[in-house]
Amino acid sequence: MTCACALLVILPLALIFYHVLKSGIGAVNWDFFTKLPKPVGESGGGMANAIVGTFELLGLAAVIGVPTGVLGGMFLSEYGSSRLNRWIRFAADVLNGVPSIIWGMVVYALIVVPMKGFSTLAGGIVLGMMMVPLIMRTTEEVLLLVPNGYREAAVALGIAQWRSILQIVVRTALKGIITGVLLALARVAGETAPLLFTAFGNRFWNHKLTDPIAALPLQIFNYAISPYEDWHRQAWAGALVLLLLVAIVNVTVRVLTRDRFKNS
Amino acid sequence: MPAHHSWGDGAFKWLTLVMALSVFVLIALIGYELAHGSQLAFRKFGWRFLSSTAWDPVSEQFGALPFIFGTLVSSAIALVIAVPLSIATAVYLTEIAPRWIRQTLTIFIELLSAVPSVILGLWGIFVMVPWLRVHLFPSLQNVFGFVPLFRGPIYGVSILAGGMIIAIMILPIITSVSREILRSVPGLQREAAFALGATRWEVTRIAVLSYARKGLFGAVILGLGRALGETMAVTMVIGNRPEIAASLFAPGYTLASVVANEFTEATTDIYLNALFEIGLVLLGVTLVVNALAQLLLRTFAGPTVKSA
Repeated sequence: MTCACALLVILPLALIFYHVLKSGIGAVNWDFFTKLPKPVGESGGGMANAIVGTFELLGLAAVIGVPTGVLGGMFLSEYGSSRLNRWIRFAADVLNGVPSIIWGMVVYALIVVPMKGFSTLAGGIVLGMMMVPLIMRTTEEVLLLVPNGYREAAVALGIAQWRSILQIVVRTALKGIITGVLLALARVAGETAPLLFTAFGNRFWNHKLTDPIAALPLQIFNYAISPYEDWHRQAWAGALVLLLLVAIVNVTVRVLTRDRFKNS
Repeated sequence: MPAHHSWGDGAFKWLTLVMALSVFVLIALIGYELAHGSQLAFRKFGWRFLSSTAWDPVSEQFGALPFIFGTLVSSAIALVIAVPLSIATAVYLTEIAPRWIRQTLTIFIELLSAVPSVILGLWGIFVMVPWLRVHLFPSLQNVFGFVPLFRGPIYGVSILAGGMIIAIMILPIITSVSREILRSVPGLQREAAFALGATRWEVTRIAVLSYARKGLFGAVILGLGRALGETMAVTMVIGNRPEIAASLFAPGYTLASVVANEFTEATTDIYLNALFEIGLVLLGVTLVVNALAQLLLRTFAGPTVKSA
């Protein structure tokens, strides 16, 4: 009976993959990747700006989120008193539980209102902020797995602590840190809610960081709730692209780390 | 230590400290911006905001009760559906499944947790809701129509659909956390139960499940925390009607959905403030629930259990 429950749990995944593949594959074509959206009501066009936009936002988010998260994770694992660290971990876990739409509201008030407009910058900042607690925790976990012997050997050789951390401990744990970063990127790549009122979406190319920008999940959402058949078709295509992107990153990362940690 | 080393050490330590302290800065920012942004509404409506059912941007009357109701009911439905399935799956994965099934199933469940909410919502609008409207809901109404929960017109988009899609979203997290909890139950407990002559199911029930009760409860609360904040998939299937209705087939509206839908359309200051206040309510509820979950999980198994 529990086996039946387990299969039932996978059923939605199978159904989603099946439908996204079925409806999306017919709609994905060369136009989809290279053309801008057509005016409302006309068929054709594509999501080129949304796909590029997602990568732009991810790049911006990485610039903000990766250094902060990785360095913060280093602090948690290498330095700090256990009391301070407990509070920092608690705060990071609290942040991980904040609904993504609240992040959007906060960055709206913080960045969009003073700048008097939606922008790529705001979108990148909100995604970057969301990545910080994620990356901090995964980095800390991976660094803690490096045996203390490495650090002790470095001290015995007279190497400064900061160098031993950067060049020995981090280099050992680099694969784990990178997988943590990739997973965080895949996670925020699919986020729509925070972008609703920061990046806002754009039917054309954005030319400056202060312009609104299109993003794949945003475009999927807008097309899905629209009344046009052609847009529904394109929404499925966008969903296929996004799903493949996220799935490939996740599966690759987990397959790569599975043989290292040998869990389950 | 030679003097030139301590310069690099000190600088690096401070750098990483500042980065780590950013989490506190972020929390303070969130709290401040939400509180500041909802000031007008708080001053105008006070605590009535939480008990009023009005949502009328034209006459500038705002009340959060329909959304609180929608969020609570959809999350409750999601828990009712997801918790038994998740815990049963976790039991299957830890106690019964052979290794190769365990590994493949785990990959699939993790894959489900990686599916973006908007894709789930897309599938919900075009596949799940029509199926509900044509097949499941009419059947439910035929069989259970005497109960007020299942009366009323069927649109497909409904609070029940919202609950179902949230259930799909929280299945992976409850399953994986429950799995870790069950894995951390000492083998001695099972062996003792076997030694006393218990059957396979009795061992699972007595030695494992009741031992892990607190941790499993923590996993469920963690799932609840995730369910409360779920925005996109719910917005697409719940019908977005700010009314409290007795029927599960009626459209509803959640705290997160109203913000997602109406934020960029808020024309007046008081409207925007009301939405910020809704965000504050959502944040408060989510923080309390997540803190409770963390407390349960940590006091059960110690800091080795990852809370995803």
